[in-house]
Amino acid sequence: MNSFTYSRATAVEDAVREKSTHPDSAYIGGGTNLLDLMKENVERPVHLVGLNKLPLTTIEPTPDGGLRLGALATNADTAWNEEVKSRYPLLSQAILAGASPQLRNMATDGGNLMQRTRCYYFYDTATPCNKREPGSGCSAIGGYNRIHAILGASEQCIATHPSDMCIALAALEATVRVSGPNGDRTIAFEDFHRLPGNTPERDNNLEPGELITGLDLPAKGFEKNFTYLKLRDRTSYAFAVISVAAALELEGDTITDARLALGGVAHKPWRDKEAENLLKGQPATADTFRRAAAKVVEGAHGYEHNTFKIELAKRAIVRALKQAAEGTQQASDVFLNSNP
Amino acid sequence: MSNTTYIGKPTSRVDGPAKVTGAAKYSAEFNVPNMAYGWVVSSPIAKGTITKIYADEVLALPGVVQVFSHENVPSLAWFDRNYKDDVAPGGSPFRPLHDNKVKFSQQPVALVIAETLELARYASSVLRIEYEEEKHETSIEDKRDDGFEPGRGKTGWMPPPPPRGNPDKAWENATHRVEAEYVHGAQHHNPMEMFGTTVEWRGEGKITAYDKTQGVVNVQQYLTKIFGLSKDDARVVNLFMGGGFGSGLRPQYQVFLATLAALELKRSVRVTLTRQQMFSFGHRPHTLQYLKLGTNPDGTLAALQHHALHETSQFEDYTENVVNWSGMLYQCENVKLGYQLAKLDVFTPLDMRAPGAATGSFALEVAMDEMAYAAGLDPLDFRIRNYAEKDQNMDKPFSSKKLRDCYHQGAAKFGWDQRNHEPRSMQDENGMLVGWGMAGGVWDASMQKAAAKATLTADGKLLVTSAAGENGTGTYTIMTQIAAQTLGLPIEAVTFKLGDTDFPEAPVQGGSWTAASVGTAVKNVCEAVGEKLLKFAKKMDGSPLDGASMDDVEFVNGQIRLRKDPNQAVVIRDVLQASGESKIETDSSAMPNYLKQMPYSMHSHNAVFAEVKVDPDLGTVHVTRVVNAVAAGRILNTKTARSQVLGSVVWGISMAMMEETVMDHKFGRYMNHNYAEYHVPVNADIHDIDVIFVEEEDDIVNPLGVKGIGEVGLLGVAAAITNAVYHATGKRVRELPLYLDKLL
Repeated sequence: MNSFTYSRATAVEDAVREKSTHPDSAYIGGGTNLLDLMKENVERPVHLVGLNKLPLTTIEPTPDGGLRLGALATNADTAWNEEVKSRYPLLSQAILAGASPQLRNMATDGGNLMQRTRCYYFYDTATPCNKREPGSGCSAIGGYNRIHAILGASEQCIATHPSDMCIALAALEATVRVSGPNGDRTIAFEDFHRLPGNTPERDNNLEPGELITGLDLPAKGFEKNFTYLKLRDRTSYAFAVISVAAALELEGDTITDARLALGGVAHKPWRDKEAENLLKGQPATADTFRRAAAKVVEGAHGYEHNTFKIELAKRAIVRALKQAAEGTQQASDVFLNSNP
Repeated sequence: MSNTTYIGKPTSRVDGPAKVTGAAKYSAEFNVPNMAYGWVVSSPIAKGTITKIYADEVLALPGVVQVFSHENVPSLAWFDRNYKDDVAPGGSPFRPLHDNKVKFSQQPVALVIAETLELARYASSVLRIEYEEEKHETSIEDKRDDGFEPGRGKTGWMPPPPPRGNPDKAWENATHRVEAEYVHGAQHHNPMEMFGTTVEWRGEGKITAYDKTQGVVNVQQYLTKIFGLSKDDARVVNLFMGGGFGSGLRPQYQVFLATLAALELKRSVRVTLTRQQMFSFGHRPHTLQYLKLGTNPDGTLAALQHHALHETSQFEDYTENVVNWSGMLYQCENVKLGYQLAKLDVFTPLDMRAPGAATGSFALEVAMDEMAYAAGLDPLDFRIRNYAEKDQNMDKPFSSKKLRDCYHQGAAKFGWDQRNHEPRSMQDENGMLVGWGMAGGVWDASMQKAAAKATLTADGKLLVTSAAGENGTGTYTIMTQIAAQTLGLPIEAVTFKLGDTDFPEAPVQGGSWTAASVGTAVKNVCEAVGEKLLKFAKKMDGSPLDGASMDDVEFVNGQIRLRKDPNQAVVIRDVLQASGESKIETDSSAMPNYLKQMPYSMHSHNAVFAEVKVDPDLGTVHVTRVVNAVAAGRILNTKTARSQVLGSVVWGISMAMMEETVMDHKFGRYMNHNYAEYHVPVNADIHDIDVIFVEEEDDIVNPLGVKGIGEVGLLGVAAAITNAVYHATGKRVRELPLYLDKLL
């Protein structure tokens, strides 16, 4: 860990200015990931811009009937917010499937999008990693890659995006609001995170100095038929081996709208619109779900230790869609104690 | 019965309040004036030579005090024997900063000392070191044909007994046969508390080392031999531990480094390791086991063969008893046991809770389950049919063995008779596959030499001391109970202190022998105090005890009284006051009674029953219920003992379901070296656990009749879960951990 200076911003413009005027600086909210990375010498910012005094903690309705999550609302406050719980339970469930209560109390909604991969090699500076040190090589390819990507990876990087919350946000078609040196803009959620390609060092499409100020959820919340199914190596406080956010709108047994996004499989939340289209207008049956699942993994590629994820992803998708259609949420995992 | 009967009672931890209020001090929490901070620099390579250390760049930073490396370490002891500790295996112990050779990944190669922790940490991160890499070998798979039989192991290791009967022919001719390989990877102890040492410089070459260790005497000997200190010069203290599990049996390198720096700089130094560095030393070795079992038509074992191969370092031959248990847990006339090591470019493995037995019982007990199914027998019935009435390895009777009671009581509590034998035959209301499995194990009932000192003062307070260890298992509490009951004092009047080399010698806390060894020493020393008390009591005016011998009296309720007439009594406090002495102080030690023990094989046993629920589509496993029935002699404290066995079950669930330190052989480096990626269970993974202590009397093992429970509770847990998973799914997994991908 290196020495760094710290300043605390009280307005968004100040934060953006602070960041832009300090080279090698970083924003810090809850710090639940950045501090870990600094301790491991993966990130070595010389200046931190503290965000926690910015007035971005509220969760409030938007004019178009949606809901705006302030970037500094904590994951815990968001998951237990009455509006979120009743109108976007998929999001609430996804947040509660992640991390631990202590971490969720610290972690912010904006920061959740900025989590970096849990790839072992990214975290260990003794090994090459293109994401940490572009051009040094990818150690995970040919290495221990059980937790790595099966979709959308590149020869430069097979890391996965670690968030649970973001999988739900992708399925719900959230919009990311940002402020930067060149003003404000919005980014569709599917355009926020990137695939690794030849620039795995870039996790997302934020421009230098840009700050997430909020997340807008559209009016439609799929509050009746949804599931966030997370498969992991221990029941809590573990990153997803595979996770599935499934949301359906049904008329009788017919699917009228569908959303499907996966975690643990790619460098970004993996939403598959083609698979969603295979669901729409179809009866909510196992066959339909299997066709959608097959579509999702059509281009999947396994490595030495993670080929099982292709089959597991299919089964998880079918299970998640079934649960969503039945309105049973996560009943299959009766051990998941997300309701204290 | 009396008010001062404590042995066997569920006494709450006497150190509990100190722990929950933060008053309990751990080794890295002793703050001394003018302390400097050390940060360990770990090697990024697994094998090679350090060619250049740019220490000057770092020394130029204001506040950096020194960079220690092989380039500037002073001349220390030369012979290997000086570096050997009580628990060292055969070979040549690792010497930190000794030369420019790198022998394993994460080897400590430098120690940066600075005025603040932050600066030491930063300086270590910018210290440039150049290496010349050599090809390393870290895969046991590549060493299958290079195994060798260790000549000399460490204390407590026994080479497997020679074959008995005709194991090859008997296996060939067996009615039913199974053979398979069983594997688990390396596992690291991962106690919550990181290793850390605060060395206080006391001036004139004298130090006090507050060190995280399971044996202060062991560390003291290590330091005195290496640094040429007298025992008075090097006091070692460890009052509390945030878990040890065996990782603190040998002196870890931070105590060497902190001592080195303190002696060189003539000031106090603290060195603590990071979580990542907790993966840089001993571990349960990656082990490959091959078993062949065969049965006779009546379901008795015709043949049993068990062979194990595990890793060790290039410099030491770490040994543990993996296969020997297989020759004694079941009756079998034709047995062949084999045990080999393979040298790899890793650090020497280290005892980890139930070393060898946790490994061996996993393989044996899964193989026994396979054998039961091959022979068409219920797994419990199969074990009872093959019950060993004597130890065939030693050809000796057991001093006591209540394993049959463990089977029966455990099965009854679990409801084993409701089990449908067919795999994949049971389901719950949610469509989850339900599996019931069982297993068991055997562990040594050991005792080591130990000493204690007792001081009874005129105010009726008793202080007992011994340089024993406390892992958090309850040593403080049970020793206080033993002392209080032996002298008939209220427990509040008794203080037991441990973990200080100023106290009488005690062995490292391991092998489940602390209760037996230190407990007996405490009992003896308190009895010696009692004898002196009686002498004084008899001299009192009109003493009702006049003419009484120790056998005639008992110490209860703060009194010495005649057994045959309890009304004839004197108050212990009055005795001391009448004697005119300010205190009674005495030392005593305890040794095993070898003559009495010689004819017997002394062991603890257990039987474990586990229920799992498996998602038929997704392969996720939950261990929903475990019953662990333990026969371990007398239980001194049913509360702390139960907690210890509960912890063993959690450990076993962890071993079965999630623990594995994964090596990337390209780098020869463990890659999941942190708590986020090296998984141990969380509360949500742990469900119903029942602990049964089967009554077992044994006056041969030691005067207290205790066998120790630190390890035995872990045995068979991983096997019972693995067997339950087979019962649930029909799928036999032979490699831990039981990740969901193995069940798809």
